[in-house]
Amino acid sequence: MTNKIVITLWRYTPLLLLAAAWEAVTQAHLVSQYALPTLSGVFSSLWTLAGDDLSYHTSRSVARGAIGLGAAVVFGTTAGVLMAWYRPVRLLLKPFIQMFYPMPKSALIPLTIMWIGLGDPSKITLIFIGSLLPIVVSSFNAARGVDQVLIWSARGMGATERELLLEVVVPAALPEILNGYRVALALCFILVVAGELIIANNGIGFLINFLGEGGDYKGMFAGVITISLVWFLADRGYVMLMRRILIWRE
Amino acid sequence: MATRIETQPVATGAAGSAPGIVIDDVMHEYRPPRGRPVLALDHLQLEVKEREFIAILGPSGCGKSTLLYLMGGFMPIQHGRIIVNGKQVTGPGPDRGIVFQHFALFPWKTVRDNVLYGLEKQRLPKAERLEICARFIDLVGLRGFEDSYPSQLSGGMKQRVAIARTLAIDPDTLLMDEPFGALDAQTRSLMQEELIAIWNRSPKTVVFVTHDVREAVLLADRVAVMTARPGRLKEIVDTRFPGGLDPDIVRTKEFIERVDYTWNLVREEAVRAEREK
Repeated sequence: MTNKIVITLWRYTPLLLLAAAWEAVTQAHLVSQYALPTLSGVFSSLWTLAGDDLSYHTSRSVARGAIGLGAAVVFGTTAGVLMAWYRPVRLLLKPFIQMFYPMPKSALIPLTIMWIGLGDPSKITLIFIGSLLPIVVSSFNAARGVDQVLIWSARGMGATERELLLEVVVPAALPEILNGYRVALALCFILVVAGELIIANNGIGFLINFLGEGGDYKGMFAGVITISLVWFLADRGYVMLMRRILIWRE
Repeated sequence: MATRIETQPVATGAAGSAPGIVIDDVMHEYRPPRGRPVLALDHLQLEVKEREFIAILGPSGCGKSTLLYLMGGFMPIQHGRIIVNGKQVTGPGPDRGIVFQHFALFPWKTVRDNVLYGLEKQRLPKAERLEICARFIDLVGLRGFEDSYPSQLSGGMKQRVAIARTLAIDPDTLLMDEPFGALDAQTRSLMQEELIAIWNRSPKTVVFVTHDVREAVLLADRVAVMTARPGRLKEIVDTRFPGGLDPDIVRTKEFIERVDYTWNLVREEAVRAEREK
């Protein structure tokens, strides 16, 4: 156990070095404190904010992300797997995927605001669209790549089409599908903050903008650190969950 | 020079009710999206008797696996027909169990759940499923590994699971596609002996595709040697030895002679296949 902690500390040594360099450079006044506040100042600001409404803003951001991503997981996986399995679905949906995939989703922010309004629905829609595409693409590729002989052997044992899809194609494609969710998780955080930066009255993106405009650079950095930390923990947690689900792999 | 095959309407109804397998004038052509079509099987004619163990031998690319997949019903039959136990093959079915070279186990299922899968599809009552599953895991010597995942097993053990899974649903016909081809020499020889023992206990019609001459002569009652592509039947070698399937026959003079004879047939075709590359 202690061994594990030591290894983890070693792994993050570069980050600790960066933090030390940051503190040293700012304490020595080598850069203007408007460009870069001291790290200790950022942390004390973080502490103050944590006692105030940081958790409120964080939970608002996480809630938006979770709803958008959750919907994208449900619709994206279904669409991707069905596209792989049924030709008509593929022919119908593929052009849309090809058109939307390379498009920077943040470019849609003004559009979603115009169509859906300034509130949560437009932000959640944006997150949904942005996370949807990597999920559709990875689910589609995963389901298409399922080993032919797995399908043959299930069919030979008497599985119906429906059973093939749910009992063979989906579990066989699961590792790649779950990787797609991870990509979507990262994109989802980007879009949460982007949406909130442009227009919102709560959420971490809003907080960063609000503090920055008020000249509180320490607070602004504290906001950035908070959202990074939340994403980092979400990603780590997700990887752990993935390992548990895919326990059957070597 | 591949001749185009016209897709032939499939005749319905029972076509001869004799047990065993009839492969009647089967042709198969692969049509890649780009490039010219490849004729894999050409006017193939073969009959397998009930409970006969037949090996299909030929150089790689001769269409022997294609023939097996057609018998399994996994690919549409473009020309000719295949009749298994009086029923024309139009799709896959649990009357024909198949064992693949690379095992085709469900990696997300444990050994037990892999073997149970086919039994669930047969809609057997649960107690019966568990009883059959345990019996076949025992038969292939994997008791104690029921809760292991395929990734935790060696190649030989994986193939045992695949064989147990196929035998558990009690198919009349066993289709085996180079089942021991991915195993090391020792494991392979062990598995051959076990297959003989299993077959002795409950003989089934077995079609065993291999490119290993010795394996074919050892296991099979008859060996069907195929020509290089496009695959046709070159010759059928009788490889039944007095004394049944005793592993010791490999040391007899007859066995060695039969292997040599069959080897020469295959070599001719392998040389031809090389030359035509």
